[in-house]
Amino acid sequence: MGAAARSSQNRFDAFFIALIVFCALCYTIWGAARATDAAFEIQMWTAIIALLGGAFMLVGSVASGSNEDVRTKYQNDVIKAGVVASMFWGIAGFLVGVIIAFQLAFPNLFYFEQWGWTNFGRLRPLHTNAVIFAFGGNVLITTSFYVVQRTCRARLAGGLWPWFVFWGFQLVIVLAGTGYLLGVTQGKEYAELPWYTDIWLTIVWVAYLLVFLGTIWRRQEKHIYVANWFYLAFIVTVAMLHIINNLAIPVSFTGWFSYSLFSGVQDALTQWWYGHNAVGFFLTAGFLGIMYYFIPKQADRPVYSYRLSIIHFWALIFLYIWAGPHHLHYTALPQWAQTLGATFSIMLWMPSWGGMINGLMTLSGAWDKLRTDPVLRMLVVSVAFYGMSTFEGPVMSIRAVNSLSHYTDWTIGHVHSGALGWVGFVSFGALYCLTPWLWRRKGLFSAALVEWHFWLSTIGIVLYITSMWVAGVMQGLMWRAYNQFGFLEYAFVETVEAMHPYYIIRALGGTLFLLGALIMAYNLWRTATSDEPAQQRVGDAPVSGVAVAAE
Amino acid sequence: MWSFHRWFERHSLILLIGILVVVSIGGLVQITPLFFIESTIERVEGVRPYTPLELAGRQIYIREGCYVCHSQMIRPLRDEVERYGHYSLAAESMYDHPFQWGSKRSGPDLARVGGRYSDEWHRAHLEDPRAVVPESVMPPYAFLARKPLDLAQMGEHLRVNRVLRVPYTDAQLVNAAADARAQAEPLGEDAYDFSKRYPTADIRDFDGDPRRVTEMDALIAYLQMLGTGVDFEAFQAEAPDNQR
Repeated sequence: MGAAARSSQNRFDAFFIALIVFCALCYTIWGAARATDAAFEIQMWTAIIALLGGAFMLVGSVASGSNEDVRTKYQNDVIKAGVVASMFWGIAGFLVGVIIAFQLAFPNLFYFEQWGWTNFGRLRPLHTNAVIFAFGGNVLITTSFYVVQRTCRARLAGGLWPWFVFWGFQLVIVLAGTGYLLGVTQGKEYAELPWYTDIWLTIVWVAYLLVFLGTIWRRQEKHIYVANWFYLAFIVTVAMLHIINNLAIPVSFTGWFSYSLFSGVQDALTQWWYGHNAVGFFLTAGFLGIMYYFIPKQADRPVYSYRLSIIHFWALIFLYIWAGPHHLHYTALPQWAQTLGATFSIMLWMPSWGGMINGLMTLSGAWDKLRTDPVLRMLVVSVAFYGMSTFEGPVMSIRAVNSLSHYTDWTIGHVHSGALGWVGFVSFGALYCLTPWLWRRKGLFSAALVEWHFWLSTIGIVLYITSMWVAGVMQGLMWRAYNQFGFLEYAFVETVEAMHPYYIIRALGGTLFLLGALIMAYNLWRTATSDEPAQQRVGDAPVSGVAVAAE
Repeated sequence: MWSFHRWFERHSLILLIGILVVVSIGGLVQITPLFFIESTIERVEGVRPYTPLELAGRQIYIREGCYVCHSQMIRPLRDEVERYGHYSLAAESMYDHPFQWGSKRSGPDLARVGGRYSDEWHRAHLEDPRAVVPESVMPPYAFLARKPLDLAQMGEHLRVNRVLRVPYTDAQLVNAAADARAQAEPLGEDAYDFSKRYPTADIRDFDGDPRRVTEMDALIAYLQMLGTGVDFEAFQAEAPDNQR
């Protein structure tokens, strides 16, 4: 009975995916033929090639009968692909970051008059989107697919849909990245995707939500594990933020430019409601899901406090959504909104540290492992960075502090202590765990290389954030400095000049971080391709009504 | 008390609804009033919709990612007001879809850069920033002067803006492309009609190249109008009407 039911279901999801790909192909071919500008035409051709590739993969997958929904096994292949994609986009994103850091340090060497597409203004969105959405997004999708299967003891739902989510998301990344180089952008930070890519991302995201929920519905555990609450909150809230902030009217359905539905003050608050919660739900809630699964797993200890995790979860998601206006202190936004934003930002300190404590104290009784297990150390240090930047954030949201820090490199340093220290390290830790688990190795290729990665990256982060602290505070003080006659002491350009040494230090810090990631990629590659015989991990299969087949 | 949480942990849909309710509250309380509270945007004399050429310049400003290094929001702090001019008013960005307030000043604020420098300065500076300001870290934009401005969709741009309640007239919509050219051709035949449709806009050959209208024309036209709308000699911040 099982086999027939499975294959018919398989055709069903293949049919719907084929329908989506077909519709997308029709639109993109029409768009390419009638494009009103060259950039849009290139975008459409890129999409056509990708969609055709997707169609081939779909046909191949159905014909070969792979990816059948075998309920007695976990779906691991899409997760393996996700590990590779995460590492790839991570390195790409860090590399672009290093390049733009050097552009600011040495503008004469790293700008090319004849190549407008390599200018800072085009590469900076490429960098932010590559690290947040391409690297971070792939890590989140990959780890959530892994965690939801293990904590529900059920195979990923939807047959081919997880693959649709994976490849659909890669298409978003490719369209976004090539688009930014072409100057295709909405002009809203972290929401630069043009309207058609926004729509495609929405389709992929709904599929992601359904795969995730579908797997939860299949669960063989009564309770939904805490990591999944965080993943779920991340998925639905990001959907809400994405849809509302990107409401826009395109100038033409065959051109890239669109006008945001909102303007001025309303647009500013909508944007920072989105922007700050891209931090809160994409870069925090989702990665807390990673913390709640991988730290207990790697330390082999239960989560410190169940009750704390409940408080942590609800308080965090309730408070975060209010914090956006702290990006708009002293602007034309009404002051009541600014005050509300700052108040909630300060309150947010509590659940943030509650979560940090829950993560760190999970190690109680296993602290000695920090000395011997560099992967666990990476995970724990990420939580420490999380604590640090979630303390710095509320401080910077205080109006008096913000009047100094806003518009300066202090903000850039703050973001990177969270992004490199917290998001980066917790992702690295998770990928270091996943690779031997998925490729069924006894352990990583080299623990020594993890040590190298850990120390290079840590030194890199420290160089980055300390140089930006000094640069930012100095900038802020120089802007407001008066001489004895009551005139402004410095011209703006003098403050730019003063940044030069710190921009060099920052670029060096970023280079070290990139170097660490390259070492990591090599280590993971050697782990996955080692000729050591694969070993099935004990108990790593969903227990279903059918007896588990011995492998 | 804690056993109550079982409901969320055992029923994914209850958990989902709980999440949606909890994450909706903050946005509803903060954002929706901005659309209804009258005093959010005080009406100010002098703010006008962009001319087609300025709007095209604004699109280039967005395309090149200028907002990642330049803010357009002067805060009411002594040093900022002295450095950049009167603090920014909400009304000054009421026609900005999207807003371009920015979040970082790797370069100076541009909210009131209009009229501060000559067109020639902007041209030289955009072509090679370090030829004018040796310490600058800004990228070069010489290619803008070589690219003719694409005006095919100009009318559509204005039409979409009007759908979004930017008050363009029918005549402005119909003549969008001609108006864009006219603003950069002071001796052209449409210059007079243009000046009637946009009485407060400048008509100049912004890029100094009389042969054609380039992206450089558009960007400089946009930069030169930034922050110039409101007459702050006449604007009375202390007036009771502005103190609501």
